[in-house]
Amino acid sequence: MNLVLVEHVDGAATDVSLQALTLAAGLGGETHALVIGPGGTAAAASVPAAVVHVAEHDALDAFAPDAWASVLCGLAEQIGATAVVAPGTGRATDAMARAAVRLGEPLAANCISVTQGDPLLLTRVRWGGSLLEEARLHAGRALLTVAPHAVAPVAAGAPGSVETFTPEIADADLVVRVRDRVAPPAGGVSLADAKVVVTGGRGVGSAEGFVVVEELAGLLGGAVGCSRAVTMSGWRPHTDQVGQTGNKIAPEIYIACGVSGATQHIAGAKGAKKILAVNTDPEAPIMSIADYAVVGDLHEVLPAVSAELRRRRG
Amino acid sequence: MKTLVCVKRVPMTGGRIVLTEDKQAIETKHLGFAISPHEECGVEEAVRLWEHHGGDTVVLTLGPADAQEQLRDSMAIGIARGIHLVTDGEEWDPEATAGAIVEAVRADEAASGPFDLIFFGNESADSGGFQIGLRVAHALDRPCATGLKGVAVEGGVARCEQEEGGGRDVYELPLPAVVTVLEGLNLPRYPSVPGRMRAGKKPLDASTPERPASRLERSRLVVPEGESKQAEVLGHGADAASAVVDLLEQIGVAS
Repeated sequence: MNLVLVEHVDGAATDVSLQALTLAAGLGGETHALVIGPGGTAAAASVPAAVVHVAEHDALDAFAPDAWASVLCGLAEQIGATAVVAPGTGRATDAMARAAVRLGEPLAANCISVTQGDPLLLTRVRWGGSLLEEARLHAGRALLTVAPHAVAPVAAGAPGSVETFTPEIADADLVVRVRDRVAPPAGGVSLADAKVVVTGGRGVGSAEGFVVVEELAGLLGGAVGCSRAVTMSGWRPHTDQVGQTGNKIAPEIYIACGVSGATQHIAGAKGAKKILAVNTDPEAPIMSIADYAVVGDLHEVLPAVSAELRRRRG
Repeated sequence: MKTLVCVKRVPMTGGRIVLTEDKQAIETKHLGFAISPHEECGVEEAVRLWEHHGGDTVVLTLGPADAQEQLRDSMAIGIARGIHLVTDGEEWDPEATAGAIVEAVRADEAASGPFDLIFFGNESADSGGFQIGLRVAHALDRPCATGLKGVAVEGGVARCEQEEGGGRDVYELPLPAVVTVLEGLNLPRYPSVPGRMRAGKKPLDASTPERPASRLERSRLVVPEGESKQAEVLGHGADAASAVVDLLEQIGVAS
């Protein structure tokens, strides 16, 4: 039997949680799901598992990763789950790592496929998706997280049954918990949601050089991004960084200007539907990743594109 | 205040990953190495805490003999001393790595008192296990918060900020504690030439732990397919502007 930790937002299971259910189904056997915290009962209705267990407890109103791990371990042992699967998000991964150490088991993070057996065979991502690892997992109970957007989600649907329970939660498991919240900054198009992202790399040359990047992004109603080299040079804040250690973007078109195309950067742009590279070097790695290219200096190309856009708009 | 930062030496992969013939590792013959990005911010944060609170700062790595370079880099920007758990270059899995770090922490604490705060990267750039900090925290029975972009220490409490749902969640950990951090926590400084000179003379404690059998056992590495194509060149220089706008109109983002 498999147990899947399902996260939920606004009363529905998240897409990455439905992807975790897909991976768990590949292990065979019955799948149970666990939903935790406020809104869990409403969300349970959208989770197509044999049984959805809803953990309800006042102490779970604020996220507390040790409490989540405690609930997860308790339920896994109670129902005799041979595999525990969760989406590879920040919170779920955190809770799974805590569960793994409590259960004395290894944890395989960011899996994209699994084959049942002893040992269990799996493929997981490294380098933010730029490299895959095939591995054997020697575990009494397989603990896996699923790399986001690597497998198709199962369709949301009604569960076989819903069982609500009140777990016991030790005070020690509430030491680490969310005690306050800082609201997101207002305004602007976020990189994660932007339909157009115009990014500048080292080729922009300076903080001031971003004027031409900002101008084009503004005309297209898009967001400005940058590479790690730019952040490390102090030209742009880290919040603008696209890459393995920055933002993951999924625009209709990604316009990469003066970006060489290092794997670290591309790991953040894999969700882009189309990539247009603007680069002086026709041999740059970005040219073998992009769909379209303009060979030339971004300081000449971008103002010309902005001017042409304005001209056609009259 | 006494802090520890755990770092990992990773290759700087550039544009395309090439594997060794046996598919067990990345071919690094032509690559440089660096501290994994999240941990670089951990080092910077520990130095800032030391500048503010004083005390002792230690950097630790588990890795090959050459990983001493990353320890010296950390000492060059202000870390006081290093602990090197020397390996033969073979990769250690997360459980084994955490186990060796716990032993090293206990030995250091027995000799010179407890660490108030231990920094890890949230995940390493290369193997991306997402768990070593939590495993060490559990073994030491200390609270741990992960994926942090803000850490402030005041009055025996670490106020930690974690990005979640667009905003930030705030945790307050009583010290001693363990934190795992993300790039963006700060902007790491570059070492100065005198800093590098001083780093060469700072104390470095090396030992060679035994690697236990791996329970997450790597079979082979695979470079994903479909990474390589040839871009359609729309034009050269400013003359390409018209073709670019045609493309933007075709995709439906021009107006």
